[in-house]
Amino acid sequence: MTTNDIINPANLVYAKPSVLNDVPMHYCPGCTHGVIHKLIGEIIGEMGFQEKTIGIAPVGCAVFAYKYLDIDWQQAAHGRAPALATAVKRLLPDRLVFTYQGDGDLAAIGTAETIHACNRGENIAIIFINNGIYGMTGGQMAPTTLHGMKSSTSPNGRTVPLNGYPLDITKLLAQLDGTCYVTRQSAHTVASVRKTKKAIQKAFENSMLGKGTSIVEVVSTCNSGWKLSPADSNTWMVENMFPAYPLGDLKDI
Amino acid sequence: MNNKKKDTEEVRLMKGNEAIAHAAIRCGCDGYFGYPITPQSEIMETLMELEPWNTTGMVVLQAESETASINMVYGGAGCGKKSMTSSSSPGVSLMQEGISYLAGAELPAVIVNVMRGGPGLGTIQPSQADYFQTVKGGGHGDYKMITLAPASVQEMADHTVMAFDLAFKYLTPVMILADGVIGQMMEKVVLPPFQPRLTEEEIKIKCPWATLGKPANRKPNYIYSLQLEAEEMEDLNLRLQSRYRTIEKNEVLFEEFDCEDAEYLIVAFGTSARVCQKAVEMARAQGIKAGLLRPITLFPFPTEQISHYANQTKGMLTVEMSAGQMVEDVRLAVNGRVPVEFYGRMGGIVPSPDDVFEALKKLIVK
Amino acid sequence: MAKVKGAIVVNVERCKGCNLCVVACPSKVLLLNNEANSKGYNYSYMADPDSCVGCSACAYVCPDACITVYRVKL
Ligand SMILES: Cc1ncc(C[n+]2csc(CCOP(=O)(O)OP(=O)(O)O)c2C)c(N)n1
Ligand code: SF4
Repeated sequence: MTTNDIINPANLVYAKPSVLNDVPMHYCPGCTHGVIHKLIGEIIGEMGFQEKTIGIAPVGCAVFAYKYLDIDWQQAAHGRAPALATAVKRLLPDRLVFTYQGDGDLAAIGTAETIHACNRGENIAIIFINNGIYGMTGGQMAPTTLHGMKSSTSPNGRTVPLNGYPLDITKLLAQLDGTCYVTRQSAHTVASVRKTKKAIQKAFENSMLGKGTSIVEVVSTCNSGWKLSPADSNTWMVENMFPAYPLGDLKDI
Repeated sequence: MNNKKKDTEEVRLMKGNEAIAHAAIRCGCDGYFGYPITPQSEIMETLMELEPWNTTGMVVLQAESETASINMVYGGAGCGKKSMTSSSSPGVSLMQEGISYLAGAELPAVIVNVMRGGPGLGTIQPSQADYFQTVKGGGHGDYKMITLAPASVQEMADHTVMAFDLAFKYLTPVMILADGVIGQMMEKVVLPPFQPRLTEEEIKIKCPWATLGKPANRKPNYIYSLQLEAEEMEDLNLRLQSRYRTIEKNEVLFEEFDCEDAEYLIVAFGTSARVCQKAVEMARAQGIKAGLLRPITLFPFPTEQISHYANQTKGMLTVEMSAGQMVEDVRLAVNGRVPVEFYGRMGGIVPSPDDVFEALKKLIVK
Repeated sequence: MAKVKGAIVVNVERCKGCNLCVVACPSKVLLLNNEANSKGYNYSYMADPDSCVGCSACAYVCPDACITVYRVKL
């Protein structure tokens, strides 16, 4: 059987989800944001939730998420996505409401909004892309930047006296009574992509079931900010990010 | 509450802050998000007491900060829902980024500022020193906010209803700029009749841009204010500016006392205007032909009307509870034709009618 | 065990040549093309199509959703 024979709709096993439209994404080659957008598109399509979903985009590299996923979107001020999501979900309780946020957005400028939305147990899902750096503004230090990690504002590596400690905000959020599902995943291998998809799906289901706030952190790469190739970024992430941000469920009730 | 009166007007005695809460529920407000600060906390307290979620379905939420409140308002407004917040000066300072986003995303919202004295933490006493912040754009970028300046408890109620109407008519944030006196004082007020909240079907028609979830037969709706292309950003600005010109043409509101034959005109808004009305009466009793023009909208400003009086009067006096902010707009309207003097008190002090009358007499001597 | 054979189609214009699919492929089917697409990216292609088993590993990790996968049982 030739390749051309195999390429036939009857044999299709994997394709771009239709919720993810044809607009080329602006992300750097190899960026984790793309994988997670694709998963969100797949999940919303499979759940049949396109009509019911309102996404809240952040300020960060994902600011244009609304251009790629064909659902209704609001684009929040930097860090305020959980506040928008709170209002949207309370005013439209039967909708699926999720935020999509980077580490600067969620764990620096928006820490208060994140913690309080989680503490109120807002019935929203929070997708948290932790790439340990400010991607959009050109690779500055984030609250999640690792010890010794170089960034444009920690050019000689992050140090505790100057910058304090990397913030494991997900661990903190798991302590709050308002959260029902807190998990940390990645998206660098087939297995991890599959697991992250399951996690996001569960978070979305929780939002609809009114169980409280779900947080799916995805330990991610920012190869531009890290100044590594996409493949080397994955290796670096496994060796350096995973020890600081271990994968797995932190809470599931 | 007497159920029979549900859809009718109702006469009550209450504080200005309470009137806002009652009027919000009655005009079909969908969501209130706020953070406590004196002298306006009664707005949220009244709402929590009234529990409108059990009657009209209105959402009321105490947020973690004014930053969160204004962004919750943004979220609600993006869904085409009548959304509002209230605060006092320091809190409104914290909201400025969010207000600019509301303007940039062309969203309808109502913000109440029951002003107190500043700068800094300032005082809990009344003030009008946030005029510049409100009408000159406290946040970033070229935007304007329709600004209503109530001078009575009745207007606190009326302006709440009007603010939502204007916000949805022009897709812009609208500010109710009150001060601690009007927020705290009790007066008789006719509360507006009950209006049901809009259904989702009604919102879809009235606000086709609202993010309610994308049905198969329409494109996704996005609420955003980011334009990376300079030309597109300028297009948005041009659209906003032309809307502001329309607002200036159609929505100017003011009230006049004894202006027809006035030789001396006092211009004052809110609490100051109440004081000035007394001063005008004192002047008239002594044979001085004084009048009062009270701007009700601060943006759009009654420039034309003030300009008109510049041709008939010998001088004007602007009275504010600030170091003199609106006076600049009065001077722009007058454009040097007659002297425009200023009298004001700061730090939470309300001028007395005697003080104003003295200031007026000084203008006459000049 | 039934033998399977696969094939992929790369959306050449969407591909940014990040190479993650090349690394992910367990059968070493893929490579980046010497030719670039209109944006200047060296897009990926099946250099060894006969080895493809249609496992979709490349498509799973592709950040730009440019890979469509087909598979047949022989
Ligand atoms: C109030 C405000 N402060 C700062 C910025 C500039 N800014 C834009 S994105 C960003 C950081 C984004 O980093 P992160 O949230 O980690 O997302 P990433 O780009 O890495 O995906 C900053 C500081 C802004 N837009 N608004
Ligand atoms: S800068 Fe980093 S986070 Fe942003 S698109 Fe590029 S790789 Fe992704």
